[in-house]
Amino acid sequence: MTKEAIFKLLQERVLVLDGAMGTMIQRHKLTEEDYRGKRFANYPHDLKGNNDLLSLSQPEIIKDIHREYLAAGADIIETNTFNSTRVSMADYHMEDLVPEINEAAARLAREAADEFSAKEPNKPRLVAGSMGPTNKTTSLSPDVNNPGFRAIDFDSLAADYKEQAAALIRGGVDILMVETVFDTLNAKAALFAIQELFDELGREYPIMVSGTITDASGRTLSGQTTEAFLTSLSHVPLLSIGLNCALGADQLRPYLSILNRKAPFATSAHPNAGLPNAFGEYDQGPEEMGLLIKEYLDQNLVNIIGGCCGTTPEHIKVIADLVIGRKAREFGVKSMESQA
Amino acid sequence: MFLSGLEPLNISAASNFVNVGERTNVTGSRKFLRLIQEDKYDEALEIARDQVEGGAQILDVNMDEGMLDGKAAMVKFLNLIASEPDIARIPIMIDSSKWEIIEAGLKCVQGKSVVNSISLKGGEDEFKRQANLVRRYGAAVIVMAFDEAGQADTYQRRIEICERSYRILVDELGFPAEDIIFDPNIFPVATGIEEHRRNALEFFEATQWIKENLSGAKVSGGVSNVSFSFRGNQLVREAMHAAFLYHGIQHGMDMGIVNPTMLEVYEEVPKDLLERVEDVLLDRREDSTERLLEFAETVKGSAKSKVKDLSWRETPVEKRIEHALVKGIVDYIEADVEEARPNFDKVLALIEGPLMDGMNVVGGLFGSGKMFLPQVVKSARVMKKAVAYLEPYLEAEKAASSEVQKKGKILLATVKGDVHDIGKNIVGVVLACNNFDIVDLGVMVPLQKIIETAKREEVDVIGLSGLITPSLDEMIEVAKEMERQKLDLPLMIGGATTSRAHTAVKIFPEYSNIVVHVNDASRSVPIAQTLANKKTRADYHQQVKDEYLKLRESYLNRARQKELLSLEEARANRLKLNFSNQEIFTPKSLGRQEPLNFDLKLLRNYIDWTPFFQTWQLHGKYPKILKDEVVGEEATKLFEDAQEMLNKICSENWLEAKGVFGIWPAMRKDLDDIELFEEGKTKAVFQTLRQQSKKAKSAANRALADYIANDQQDYVGCFAVCAGLGIEGKLAEFEANHDDYSAILLKALADRFAEAAAEYLHEKVRCEYWGYASDENFENPDLIAEKYRGIRPAPGYPACPDHLEKTTIFKLLDAESIGMSLTESLAMNPAASVSGYYFAHPEAKYFGLGKIGKDQVEDYAKRRGINTEEAEKWLRPNLNY
Repeated sequence: MTKEAIFKLLQERVLVLDGAMGTMIQRHKLTEEDYRGKRFANYPHDLKGNNDLLSLSQPEIIKDIHREYLAAGADIIETNTFNSTRVSMADYHMEDLVPEINEAAARLAREAADEFSAKEPNKPRLVAGSMGPTNKTTSLSPDVNNPGFRAIDFDSLAADYKEQAAALIRGGVDILMVETVFDTLNAKAALFAIQELFDELGREYPIMVSGTITDASGRTLSGQTTEAFLTSLSHVPLLSIGLNCALGADQLRPYLSILNRKAPFATSAHPNAGLPNAFGEYDQGPEEMGLLIKEYLDQNLVNIIGGCCGTTPEHIKVIADLVIGRKAREFGVKSMESQA
Repeated sequence: MFLSGLEPLNISAASNFVNVGERTNVTGSRKFLRLIQEDKYDEALEIARDQVEGGAQILDVNMDEGMLDGKAAMVKFLNLIASEPDIARIPIMIDSSKWEIIEAGLKCVQGKSVVNSISLKGGEDEFKRQANLVRRYGAAVIVMAFDEAGQADTYQRRIEICERSYRILVDELGFPAEDIIFDPNIFPVATGIEEHRRNALEFFEATQWIKENLSGAKVSGGVSNVSFSFRGNQLVREAMHAAFLYHGIQHGMDMGIVNPTMLEVYEEVPKDLLERVEDVLLDRREDSTERLLEFAETVKGSAKSKVKDLSWRETPVEKRIEHALVKGIVDYIEADVEEARPNFDKVLALIEGPLMDGMNVVGGLFGSGKMFLPQVVKSARVMKKAVAYLEPYLEAEKAASSEVQKKGKILLATVKGDVHDIGKNIVGVVLACNNFDIVDLGVMVPLQKIIETAKREEVDVIGLSGLITPSLDEMIEVAKEMERQKLDLPLMIGGATTSRAHTAVKIFPEYSNIVVHVNDASRSVPIAQTLANKKTRADYHQQVKDEYLKLRESYLNRARQKELLSLEEARANRLKLNFSNQEIFTPKSLGRQEPLNFDLKLLRNYIDWTPFFQTWQLHGKYPKILKDEVVGEEATKLFEDAQEMLNKICSENWLEAKGVFGIWPAMRKDLDDIELFEEGKTKAVFQTLRQQSKKAKSAANRALADYIANDQQDYVGCFAVCAGLGIEGKLAEFEANHDDYSAILLKALADRFAEAAAEYLHEKVRCEYWGYASDENFENPDLIAEKYRGIRPAPGYPACPDHLEKTTIFKLLDAESIGMSLTESLAMNPAASVSGYYFAHPEAKYFGLGKIGKDQVEDYAKRRGINTEEAEKWLRPNLNY
């Protein structure tokens, strides 16, 4: 789908993003052997937990998860590529597989989305290439005795993101999504890389950005307030800006309403299914989360709504039912300057 | 214009003049240059902090000096600033004449910064290339009035170059006009050179033209240039700066690069001096330069000394240490520690006393969300500095006595299968600051490697971290293996998904040595300290053990099995009441009644305050608690705050309280159920549970069904009320203000309103709708003491712990129609809600169900039509097996 068509779609109605990939993978209780599959049976390092690798070793599982979310009513599904950058894959010694993993993951999502678009042409399904925060921070030092130290610099992070974005586009994504941003400089590197890539390709794709407010301080891990986060990334003509992860829909609301008031873009949210309980499980059920999301919609806070950790197709089904018949939140009309 | 550091800075037409701090500029500050050259970045950072504390809203950083590696210095200094939240709060102005330094700086700042500067000096192509990159890095830009032919020094040249630059940026490149700041060049005045006389005046005029003609653009300038010829005469310079800014702002100047800690106020410049300064700036007299020079000779010296709030320096030394730790100020910590040292027998006592106390304050603030991580890390650094200073004395003590303990070595690892390490790194940082040796194995560490390294490195403590759920299981595996290998090492557990409960229930039983959950980074210090010290460890082990055993026990809720009656025996011993027309009163209204909106002002009189104080952990009965010796003062303050908020809640309608209820003809069905009828047909069935504990003689095994007749028509009612409707708006407002106190207060009051609504509605039902107590006349204390006839037990509470009954009540009443709902765990939403039954029999009393046997659970499951496992799930706390 073209960039223009996607912007237009978003002006018409509230779009539903899918839910958690990790939670769905966990349901399969995969073993080290499962992660390896045939191809990596003799790989010299542990691979269990490398969820992104499953796009290569267990493609049917991943595709089925996409299908479940599409069946639940998701308009946009995210590729299984949250950690598929060179720097993150180094944990598994799989740097060189990065292009292949991204391309394969994008293709799986593309095929699943196309199946559903074909069945229901008036509800076109979109694929967003997920670009996670990586495991390194460009704004924080891991070593207190050397606060000026950085485990990664802007240029190499940007190079990693560019490689990922290029492979996602080759695999057929409609949208690029820089998500779970806890260090804004990381996101700036991703956006820098993406724009450079667009120049080279001579074509632009819509970009979604979603940040993460880590705790009650209301700030990102790198210390920015929600509004500072917005300001720092508004130089790019984004499709949407939003928040995800770390908090449940309830705790996210005050920060989301800041974006709603101030952002010159569409807004998005994909909160966790509440806060984790004592055992690290998310136990906010679909109905309970649905109640909170209904408030978002009643207050017209978001253009794109989905779920993060702990959410399932059951949650997305409830959300998808809620958005039916809703008018889209207006966006892009107000300039930031006029509100100062 | 929108800029940002950690916080936003929004500059609009309505904004006041924006101060840009200029002291962190090697071309303008000899001191700063020296510090950078000597690699004294700590002190250089203090200059930056000074600027922010002195009122700078943007911080200019410049490293253009021939003897410096400007690019490396820029990167290093900006990275260091990023670790100082007090400084990084404000946006950075990356100042250099070299593009490569600017670009290196842009790669270090997360906020939206300002580039200072680009210009047409190197031609249009280079100008466009740089402007596009500035945009791509997400910064605003200062454009100097400079072109291929040189720097603009007249009004005409200034406006020509600025207009040309603006057209290229806005029209050709699509650069947002509001992100453009022009610097039309401030040059010195009163230099004695004839051509310089109009330097200030033409700057003002050019500023005005730009603001009128180049829409959206801002104007800035380096103010101290103007007084260049008065170097060494601070008084005159400050007066010139103040006057220059005054007139600049009048002409539309938006921001200026100044030293905010040394800025004289225009009105406070002595009139005679001001007159001479303005003569110069505005070129008002032929002899203005001479007159100012003359005057300057007479006032050499005294300049405005900088103001900074140092009142905390006057508090006792231990307070100062705490202040320094909490604020992360390193300047005085060594002197303070030195001052405090003689007050302690041992240096260790100083560390473990005031210093650790300060860190505990930090930990507390952090734990409650009042500090965020970078600040904690900074506090830890102050701690480290203090400890480092004390180190030689510690060594000396060690020579003299053997009591001094080494801090110890700690192994940290993110467990196998998990790649998240930010939290773990922070813990490492904080512990390292507190003089622990850290062995960090990184992420995805297999348990063998953890254990082998621990043995080889002879560490004192192992710390495991993880963020994703499966890591919890992996931690259990590590604990099991440590047990198998009989390691004598305490184990610390941390990470987002871990918890005290999980640690106590799942990990603690697997390892006979110490296992302790560490809630956050700041708490890791006192815990690690205790664990690394073999002497304190033993006591602590016992303490943790006791605590976790208790926690575990209560968590699993496996009280020892009681001996119970069989369900059959219990039923035989049921409560057998009389049911005559004394006991059965025909209600005046039957069926579901129209929902009610409660008047909050009225409900206020029905509030039971005692539980309100319990919420705040103030124990005692209202109103006596207000005069309590220990908590009376706090309770009174709290009560006053509550009254004040109540006034607002009532007058500004912060909340809505609603309720719905109904009364139906009913009969006991079999022995434990109550069947409700409407129009002769079964409307619903309430399922009640029966006590099974062995009773003393004459005491019955009660079930709520006992209060209803089984051989003639009787009646039962139910209700649902809530007071939390509309609370989210205010809560969000409080949360946005980080006002936890008001948020909790409001929630607690909403709960009280819900209870008050239940009490009020019950009274209305007794006196009017049901009408059996129309002559009742009780005051609130009597209501609270439940002196009236009839009860209103609530599902989920002792007499009827079965939450599933709420679904029946909600359906009967269509409670959703008043905005109430049930979550999948059957919690009521909004939280401030009450629902329950009405029983009117004079003998109806509250009771506690207690433990029940499997026979009743199976019978109950059958009655309700669910399987036994589901019944067990809902009744788990009451199961006797």
